Formats: sequence, structure tokens, C-alpha cells
Amino acid sequence: MIKTTAQKIYIALIFIFLYAPIATLMVLSFNASKSRAKWGGFTINWYVELFQNKSILQALGNTLLIAFLSASIATVIGTVASISIQGMKRKSRAIIMGITNIPMLNAEIVTGISLMLLFIVLGIKFGFLTILLAHITFNIPYVILSIMPRMKQLNPSTYEAALDLGASHLQAFFKVVFPDILPGIVSGFTMAFTMSLDDFVITHFTKGAGIDTLSTKIYTEVRKGIKPEMYALSTLIFLSVLILLILVNYAPRKKQDTNNLRNQR
Amino acid sequence: MNRKLLSAPYLLWAAAFIIIPLFMVVYYGLTDKSGAFTLENITAIATAQHGKALWLSVLLSLASTVICLLLAYPLAMILSRMNMSQNSFLVLLFILPMWMNFLLRTLAWLTLLEKTGVINNILNFFGAPTLNIINTPAAIILGMVYNFLPFMVLPIYNVLTKIDQNVVNAARDLGADGFRTFLKITLPLSIPGVISGITMVFVPALTTFVISTILGGNKILLIGNVIEMEFLQTGNWHLGSGLSIVLMVFILFNMILSAIFDKDGEGTAL
Repeated sequence: MIKTTAQKIYIALIFIFLYAPIATLMVLSFNASKSRAKWGGFTINWYVELFQNKSILQALGNTLLIAFLSASIATVIGTVASISIQGMKRKSRAIIMGITNIPMLNAEIVTGISLMLLFIVLGIKFGFLTILLAHITFNIPYVILSIMPRMKQLNPSTYEAALDLGASHLQAFFKVVFPDILPGIVSGFTMAFTMSLDDFVITHFTKGAGIDTLSTKIYTEVRKGIKPEMYALSTLIFLSVLILLILVNYAPRKKQDTNNLRNQR
Repeated sequence: MNRKLLSAPYLLWAAAFIIIPLFMVVYYGLTDKSGAFTLENITAIATAQHGKALWLSVLLSLASTVICLLLAYPLAMILSRMNMSQNSFLVLLFILPMWMNFLLRTLAWLTLLEKTGVINNILNFFGAPTLNIINTPAAIILGMVYNFLPFMVLPIYNVLTKIDQNVVNAARDLGADGFRTFLKITLPLSIPGVISGITMVFVPALTTFVISTILGGNKILLIGNVIEMEFLQTGNWHLGSGLSIVLMVFILFNMILSAIFDKDGEGTAL
């Protein structure tokens, strides 16, 4: 009894630690005073001004576009690569997985400067393209690492059976293999999207002047003083993710319900 | 077979954007502006300013790794013992903060920790002494622990949930008490998760420049700050690369450590 109470208190303390800054940001988004340190009364002004602030909306647009494009391209490259890696011999598989692990285990700052040097040497103009290339690079490993466990569980005879029954390689893949690894692909895409959305360090080194994502914009504002619209925006993003997660968590239960209905009929 | 060809796009990509760039860092680090070979960029780590930055980085990242481990292990144990519906919800709550931009979350600590900030107002209300840690190494450690704690909890949690409960029960049946069972069974079996957690906290903590910029008030330079400045302000890529090579030695050591314990090459992360 005492033990479980102690456990509950411990969990509660950790969650206070984790959520205190988030609560602070949410409160600040309603703070009429521009200063972080003073409470100047309640206002929803920053939410209104957010939608008139072109530079923040532009940065939000860039962030979402880069996240979507890089996650999509990484998902395609990563999925195709996973199929091939699974069919390889032990040794070459180990080498490729080793390379795949480099961007995940390496420090972000090293990945960032190494790509920066590459783009300088190649003479690619820093901007949207360089950010996109960098994001695809660090996103591919997340896709491969979420698909590989699924690939391992795959029964190769189902694919062969499809071929025996007259399906082409492509047909057999899309009818047999693809549905089985789909959950891995989806979670890989989601993770890649999230990582791209939240990235600051690598973007910082590969962006060049004149383009900003939300992260790099916030970083420049840290020195000059953050615009309260930023708090409003991050509160909105956080709440929409929260709602999305709650919906996703309830969705499977609903599906089960319809299955039950069907069975009853 | 054509299946092997399918890996070609990824292999080309990895060569162009992972392998070659790393060699470029090595090349720049070992040459001077005229392109001649030199070790100066690497030995520059021994100068007072750079050496101090590296030493402080190692110290702060070790401290935050240890604190993360001490906080995370009990938490992962509690989470792993809960029933399914409860713990998946709690684990979700754990990942959720990562969806708010980490720069803003770190900045929020400034508001909380400032002299006239939220925490000090609460402390003053109870008559407790003022907490003065903003712009000190302590604030940076707090920022590191705050940002990287989930990376320690999740791998340990993953390993703990996979431990066969029969082994634990067997130990209890054979007369071991709770503490002994933990020491002889649970702890040794959870070591891969612990190692994975340590590598995932230590590297980002060692190399951060953002947390020290925000919570150290530009006064405390970590090795990450030095490298960032060489690349984006001073424009001395050779020196920046040389210092990065020194950092890569630490990272390499970490990679080897995690490779030894993660034999499947799957990564226990997330």
C-alpha cells in the first residue's frame, strides 16, 4: 500500500517535471504582457495576431512542407532498401545496417557540419533544397529501422506462393508483402515526419540565409526576445497532436466494435 | 537477382550524404587553408580555451547521464509493472512533450528558473531561500536531464517489459528476496537497455550547443558552442572540423559500446 503510493508520487513528480515547461508556455500564450517574467492579464490577442504574422506562417509552411516531403521520399527509399536488405547475406546486411545506424548514433552537430561541408564543396546553394536533402538523410534510418522487424517476421513462402499462382513480382509484392509491412511503413513515416518537424541542429547548419523553419526562427528570436505568437502557435500544435493521439488511440477499439457487430450478424 | 538492385538508391544516398561528408570532416580537420596536411586543428583541443570547453562538456554530460539513469530506472520499473492499458497511456504521456518544440521547452525553463521566476516565487511564498541556478552549469545539467530523460526511460522500459516473468518467479521460489532478485536477475537482464540509454543520452548531451546557449546565458561555452562558432561565425571550417574529429572519438567509443550490447543491430531505441 505504502509502496504503491510512493510509486504514484514518484510518477507524478516526474510528470510535473516534464510538463511544467509546457504548462508555462501555454500560460504565456495568454499573457497580455510581452515580457516572459510578468503576468499582464488574460488575452487571446496573440492567437489573432499569429494568423496575421506572415513570417511565422511562412516558417510554419516551410517546416510542414519539408517534413512531409522528406518523410515521403525517405519512406520510399527506405522501404525499397528494406526489401533488398532482408534478402542479403548476413555480412552485407550487417554492413548496411551499420551504415544506417551512423546518423542515429552520431551527434547531430557532426552530421550537420559534415553535410554543410559537402554542400559547400559541391557548390549547392544553401536553401530549401539543402535542408530537404539533409532531412531525407537523417530520416531514412528511422524508416528502415521500423520496417526491418516487420520484414523479419514475414513468411517468404507466401510471396513464393503468390508467384506460383501466376502473380508478377510487382503484383506479389503489393498483394502479399506490402500489407504485412504496412504498419512498419506507417510508423516509419510518422517517426520521420516527427523528427523532421522537431529538428533544429541539422537545419541550422544546412539552411543558409533567407529561409527559416520554426526551429531556426525560434532560435534567432531567443536572443532578440520571443514573439508571444510563437507560444500561441506551439500551444496550438501541441493541442492538435494531443487530440490526434487520443483519436488514434480510440480508433482500434472502434474497429473491434464493428467486427463484433459483423460477427453477431 | 533484381532484389539486390533495389538497395542501389539507398546505397548511393548513404555514400553521398553519410559516408563522403564524414570523410570531408576528416579531410578538413587534417588540412590547413592552403590544403597542406597539419595536425594543428586537432592539437588545438589542448589550448586552454578549447580544453576547458571539452572538459566542461564531458563533466556536465556525465553528470546528466548519471542523473537520467537514476531517475529513469525506477520509473521504467514502475511503468513496466503496470497493467497494459495503464502503462501504454503513461508511456504516451512520456513521449508527448517531444511534440512541443524543444527550443521553446528549454526556453520555458528560463521563465521557471529566473530570479523572479515561477519557482522562486513559489519558494519565496513558503519562505524558502531563493534558487539561483540560471546561467550556471547546474541549469545546463537540468536542461540536459529534462531534454534527454525520455531517451533513457524508453530503452530501459522496453528491455524490462521483455524480461520473462518466469525467471523472476523462479528466483523468488528459490528463496531470493525482492532485493536479491533485482540484483541477480532484473538488473543483469536490463543492462542492454541501460547501455542503450546511456549512449542515447551521453552523445547529445556532450555535443549540445543549444541548451548551453539558452540556459547558460552565453557565458558558458561547451565544445558544441565552440564548433558551432567556428563554422557559422568565425568561418574557420578547418579548426571546427579538427575539433569535431576529437568529438567523433568519443562518439565512436559510444558506438562500439552500443554495438557490443546490441548484437541484433536492431537498436532498442524508441
